[in-house]
Order: sequence, then C-alpha cells, then structure tokens
Amino acid sequence: MQPVPTPVPQDTEDPAGVPDADAGGQALRLRTEELSVFYADVQALKSVTVEIPAREITALIGPSGCGKSTFLRCFNRMNDVIPDARVQGKVLLGDRDVNGRGVDVVELRKRVGMVFQQPNPFPMSIFDNVAYGPKIHGVRGRQQLQEIVETSLKSAALWDEVKDELKKSAFDLSGGQQQRLCIARTLAVKPEVILMDEPCSALDPQSTSRIEDLMTDLKRHYTVIIVTHNMQQAARVSKMTGFFLMGDLVEFDTTEKVFTNPADERTEQYVSGRFG
Amino acid sequence: MPVRLRRTMEWAIEQLLRLCAVLSVATTIGIIYVLISQSVPFFAEAPIKEFLTGTKWTPLSASKSFGVLPLVMGTLWITFIAMVVALPAGLLIAIYLSEFASRRVRSTIKPALEILAGIPTVVYGYFALLTVTPLLQKVIPELNIFNALSAGLVMGVMILPMVASLSEDALYAAPQRLREASYALGATKLQMIFRTLIPAALSGIAASFILAAARAIGETMIVAIAAGMQPIIAWDPREAMQTMTAFIVRVSMGDVARGTLDYHSIFAVGLVLFLMTLGLNSLSLWLRERYERAYR
Amino acid sequence: MSAQPIKPTVDPSGDQDHQPSASPRRGRGREIAFEVIALGAVTAAMMVLVGLLVSVVLDGHNRLNAEFLTSFPSSMPHKAGLKPAFFGSLYLMLLTALFCFPVGVATAIYLEEYAKKGGLARLIELNIANLAGVPSIVYGLLGLAIFVRALNLERSLLSGALTLALLVLPIVIIASREALRAVPPYVRDASLALGASRWQTVWKQVLPIARPGIMTGTILALSRAIGETAPIITVGAVGYIRHLPKDIKDSFTAMPIQIYDWVSQRPEATGPDNVTFQQDAAAGIVILLAMLLAMNGVAIWLRNRAQKRLK
Repeated sequence: MQPVPTPVPQDTEDPAGVPDADAGGQALRLRTEELSVFYADVQALKSVTVEIPAREITALIGPSGCGKSTFLRCFNRMNDVIPDARVQGKVLLGDRDVNGRGVDVVELRKRVGMVFQQPNPFPMSIFDNVAYGPKIHGVRGRQQLQEIVETSLKSAALWDEVKDELKKSAFDLSGGQQQRLCIARTLAVKPEVILMDEPCSALDPQSTSRIEDLMTDLKRHYTVIIVTHNMQQAARVSKMTGFFLMGDLVEFDTTEKVFTNPADERTEQYVSGRFG
Repeated sequence: MPVRLRRTMEWAIEQLLRLCAVLSVATTIGIIYVLISQSVPFFAEAPIKEFLTGTKWTPLSASKSFGVLPLVMGTLWITFIAMVVALPAGLLIAIYLSEFASRRVRSTIKPALEILAGIPTVVYGYFALLTVTPLLQKVIPELNIFNALSAGLVMGVMILPMVASLSEDALYAAPQRLREASYALGATKLQMIFRTLIPAALSGIAASFILAAARAIGETMIVAIAAGMQPIIAWDPREAMQTMTAFIVRVSMGDVARGTLDYHSIFAVGLVLFLMTLGLNSLSLWLRERYERAYR
Repeated sequence: MSAQPIKPTVDPSGDQDHQPSASPRRGRGREIAFEVIALGAVTAAMMVLVGLLVSVVLDGHNRLNAEFLTSFPSSMPHKAGLKPAFFGSLYLMLLTALFCFPVGVATAIYLEEYAKKGGLARLIELNIANLAGVPSIVYGLLGLAIFVRALNLERSLLSGALTLALLVLPIVIIASREALRAVPPYVRDASLALGASRWQTVWKQVLPIARPGIMTGTILALSRAIGETAPIITVGAVGYIRHLPKDIKDSFTAMPIQIYDWVSQRPEATGPDNVTFQQDAAAGIVILLAMLLAMNGVAIWLRNRAQKRLK
C-alpha cells in the first residue's frame, strides 16, 4: 500500500480516473500491452498483448502455473495484495491504464468484479453478503439495499432458492449455492467486467452446469473472463480462448479455432490432452 | 464518499495504527532512558567500581556502602534453588505430556498447569511464608522465618509451568519422521526420547530454561514476602537474603522523595536487573528462532 | 463442505499424535519406571496447587463474610475489610483495559494487515517479544519516573492503570495478532475484490471474525494485570486507604497490595476469636482467586461460543 495518497486528478466528473463506458451503451474495450508480472525474481507473465472482446466470454486455459490466474488478477489489480509482485506494461480499460497514476484501485475493483476458485462467502447472512458491496460504496437506504439484493440474487439464479431465508448464514448453503451467492455479491456492485478464477473447480457437475448457464446469461450485460482448467468448459461457454504456457500467451483466437484448428503445435498438444 | 476524502482517511488510519505500533518501541526506549537517567545521580555518589565489586550494600544507612553484590548474590541463590526444582520437573512433565500422556490426560494437565501459571505472585508469597516455611521448619528446625530456601522452592513451582509448556512445544514440534527413524533403527521409546528427540529439541528446551531463569530473576513478591530483607552475602539458604527486586519494593514502600539517593538507588538496581533479564531473554529468543527455523 | 472452516484460536495441542502405534517390547520396564517418575512430577505439581488452595481456604474461611467485603482496612484484624482494595482493583482493571485494548489491537492490526514484512515491522516484533520478558517491577520504575513524576500524575489510580497497561500491552498484542492471523485470507481477498478499501475490509470483515480471539486475549491480559503487585507498589499504591477513589487522580489501593500489606503485619496481632491479619490476607486471596477464575471462565466461554457459532 502507498503510505501517501497519490494525487487525484481534478476532473470532478471522473473522480476515480477510470473512464466510464461510453454513454451510447457501447461496451468498454479491454486490452493489455506488453504486460509482464514478476513475483520477486520469477517472471510469471511474459509480455502479453491481447484485446478482450466486450460482452463476450473469454476463456483462459493452460496447465497450472502457466500464468493465467496471474493475468486475470491484473485486471482488478489483485496482484497488489501479493507482496513482492511487480507489474510491467499496460492494462487498458477503455483507454486508461489501470496501473496509471490517479487510478483509484477501489473504483477499479468496483467496475471489475471477481469470483474466486473456492466459494468464499463472508461469515454473515445471505442478505448481508450481497448487501456488503453496495453498503461499502455508500448505499444506505434499506429499501434500496433490498432491491439490489433481490435483483442480484435473481441475476445469479439463486433468488428462488433463498428468498425465504435471507437471514440464514451463507455457510448453510451448498457449495454450488455459495458460488452463485458470490456471483450475486459481485453483481451487486454493478461491475462492467467479471473475472472468474476457476469458479467451478470446487463444485459438482450439476452445480457446474448451473454456473455455466448463468455465465451465458451474464454475457449479455457483462464482459466475462474465465480462467479454467476444464477444456470442455472453455469450449462450451466461451467465444474467445487464450492458451497460456509458462507465462506466455501462446495463442489467442476464437474458441472454435483454438479447439479445432490451433495455429500453434503446443496448443494442439494441450487441447488434445497430450500434456497438462 | 469522494475519492480524495476516502484516501485521506485511509492514510490517516494507517498512520494512527502505525503510531500505536511505535508506542511499544517507545516503551522500550522509555525504560532504558528512565533507568539510565535516573541512576546517573546515584553513580555520581557511588563509584561504579565499588557498585560492581563491593560486598556491602547499605546505601540508605548513615555509613554508606554501594556494593550491589549482596543483592545479586541473593537473587542468583534463589533463582538457582528455583531452577533446581523447575528444570527437572518441568522437563519431565514436558516429556510426559508430549510422548506418553493420552489426549485426555493432556487436556486435564495442561489447564491445571495454566492455573498454576496464572496464580498471582503475592499469593505464592503468602504460601511460601505461611505454609511452606512452617512445614520446612519441622524438618529443618534452624530455618529462619525469612529464608531463601522456601522462597526458592515456591518460585520453582511458579516457573515450572513455563518450563513444562515451552519445552513441550519444542518436543512436540520435532518432526514425526525423527521418531520413526529412531524406532526403525530399533531404539526403545526411552532411547528414542533421550538420544533423538531431546538432542533435536535441545535449543528449544534451553530457550525455555533461560526464559524461566529470567522470569525468576525478575520475580518480586515471593522474595519480598518470604526471603527477607537482609542485604548480606549469605551462603546458607536457610538464612534470609535480599534480592534486587525485594530491595526496590522495600524502598518503594516508603514514600521516597524525588532526588534523594534512595530514589536513585532503586533505578540503579533496576538497571542491573533489566540488563540481566534482557540478556537472558535475547538469548532465549535467539535459541527459539533457531529451532523454529530448523523445523520449518 | 466447501467453505474453509474458520478457526478463531489456534489449537495448542495440534492434531498430530505422537504415540507410536506399537511400543517395542525391549526396555519396557525402564519405560514404565520413567513414566511413574514423570507422573510423580505431575502429581507433585498438582499437589502444590491443591495444597495452596486448601491452605488459603482453611486460613481465610472464617473471614469470608459480607462485613469483610464492605469494610475499610483497620488497625485491628477482625475489623479490617477489603472494600477499597476490591473497588480499587475493579477501577484499575477498567482503566487498564481502556488504555491497553485500543493500542494493543491497533498495533496488532498494523503488524498483521498493514506493515510490510521486515524493516519497521521486524523491529517492532522483536521489541514486543523482549518487552514481554521485562520484569514487572521494571515497568513499575518506568511508571514511577514517567507517570508519577514527569507527568505529575502523582500516586494515582491513573498512574497505576497506565503502568499496568504498558505491562500487559505485549500480551494483548500477541493474542490479537494470533486472532487476526487465524482469519482466513480469502475473506480479505473477497472484500478487496468487491472494491472495499483496506480499512473497510479490516473493520467490517476481519475484526468481527477475530473478535472472540481478541476478547479472550484481552481478558487474560487483564487477569494478569489485576494480580500484579510489584509495579503498583512502585507507583505508590498503599495498603492502608480508608476511602474509595473519588476520581482517577485519587490515591488508591488494590487487592494484591492489601494482601501484601496484611501478610507483612506482625502475626501476633490478634483480635477476638484469634483473628489475625494473616487470615485477612487468606480471605483476600480467596476473593482475588475467585475473581481471576471468573475472568478466565468468561474468556473460555467466549472462545467456545465463537467456535460453536462458526461451525
């Protein structure tokens, strides 16, 4: 953490320094330019340049330790949390670099939500879990909070299952329900981009397919980037697929192309299950 | 909330937290500063050489002598007696808890030891003076009412839980593979314990001994109540002795006026006490870190 | 169960079991002998504990009555009471908590949630470890020179409480750090990823989860504080006070001080029914121990309740 607050631009309409989506409803461009990440001396990501399509699902695949999660965490700067992590290059949300001076990380994370590998609800009630985000961002009215909670739970396809027991502890839900709760919690802060870090790896097949259906719904309003070790999942849900290997983005193309006719031999070997 | 305001608040909160954290460092600096600055006037009258080598301690009487050795000797004597009780018993209990006791037995003994450790020292003082000394006098009739023996024995009981619990931590932390390797070579359980486990956990056990000794040196109320107030170099534990801590208590009980030699003498003695315990504590910390690193 | 369990306190016994499944036959006799000796040491320690408790109860039981609790000290043992000492200890404890709790928890938060490893944090850690080993009477000398003299707080309740707060601060810090460390990291990540600031994350997520552990540690620290005698002797608590403290600048006494005062009286001084000051001391000890027991009980209850709730 910076001990001294970095100066904030004077522009009052854009206090956070993160540009808004264009007013015409046109979605935000998301790209990286020569993005590298180092953990102490180890380079986890090697100069990745890529453009992520808006309001589509982009899948990132590759063997463990290939840098795909590291890459994902660049978009909401969750790498800041890791001591000794160092980021080089640009991550552009619209035309602003998220690592640039004057970009407020809190505002950034409001707009770029994240769902983690393990369902990680807070030890609170279902309602409080979803209301937490809006509350910390200044929503106070009871009525308003209730509306947000309801809409978010509906969007996460959890409302019908929990609407009568919103006061129950989130830990009483099943794993799949917990993960949908975490998605609802992310939706409640009204992000534009949703990052998902292996969101189904801790779930059973049935819960997995519910979440996959949910993702397909979400892409109508949100740009979704999902890291997955499950190639079938990537093939089922995503429009674009990126294949990472040892910190390199080996290939980035339409999912169909990557899985049926990859340009790189290593991609071909990986998707056909010969390693990883 | 506007971004700028929020950031300022976050910054202010972090500074406030840091300030609190730094307070603990200020406490140490405060202790060192106070002990040194307040004992300077004492050393203006008492030559340091006499202080460190003199064998008579009468700074408060008309004919003044400033040899701190009687107090140091009294302290070391009583600490020695306490260690004679606490070391073997503490280590035995540690081995028993770590290697023999069932989970159920352990969960009875450990809280009992914690109770023993949590009893206020003034209560131990009472126990030493009014229960242990009369009992001992039945065996040793010439035992003084105030004596080093009884204070030392009770102090040994007081520091025993510390030795037991810290030594047990060290034994318990020894990796299971050490035990297995020893058994695999055909060792009996006792051979395993004494030839493999204890040597492996030695620095942790030593750390617990040293910490316990530091605790005994700094302990005040047992000795103030049961060991007496005679600052003479005595070789007989049946006699009364005065420790450094007991001297400080005795002077503090009267309302010492600022600027008097009495007032400054307790800081000089406090300085010696602090340096001794600081040395031992640092040594113990160093040993402890060593074994923690070794097991990681 | 997919959510990681939250452990607010560290289980001291660990969960490995070192008992070997089958003991080798050879050396079995010596082993039993060793076990008997070790058990003897355990028993001896327990006997001392029991002996101590029995002797104070036997000595003090005839002084344990309402009058003893509501009377002021007296020059006659059968009239002496614990009232100012009891209230003195109570006030002292509350004031101590007021100082050591916020500072201790803030320090723990700084070290666990803010500070980078190394540098200042390392220095503070080493310093706290060393402070925890400084003899309590040295804190008394610090309190005497700084609070009583330099800050001119005189021999007051406030001086005593500040001194005790510094004394138990390392305990509060160490316990709070442990409680914070037991909060699973995913809670922080989830909160930060929702756009919560660092302080919001600490205040709204981390602290509530760590609260039982912090409370338990603080109560144990306070129970140490009210049993302390030496440091408040040096800052000037006295054994013979015939009034309750009117405010925090007033002079004071406390239970351990009162007990010490009674223990040091001449044993020949007896009142009717052969009441001695030593019996007064024993009765005072029974009350003091009962208070400590109650505090420890509360601490254990808090810990168990938290463990149950999070299951």
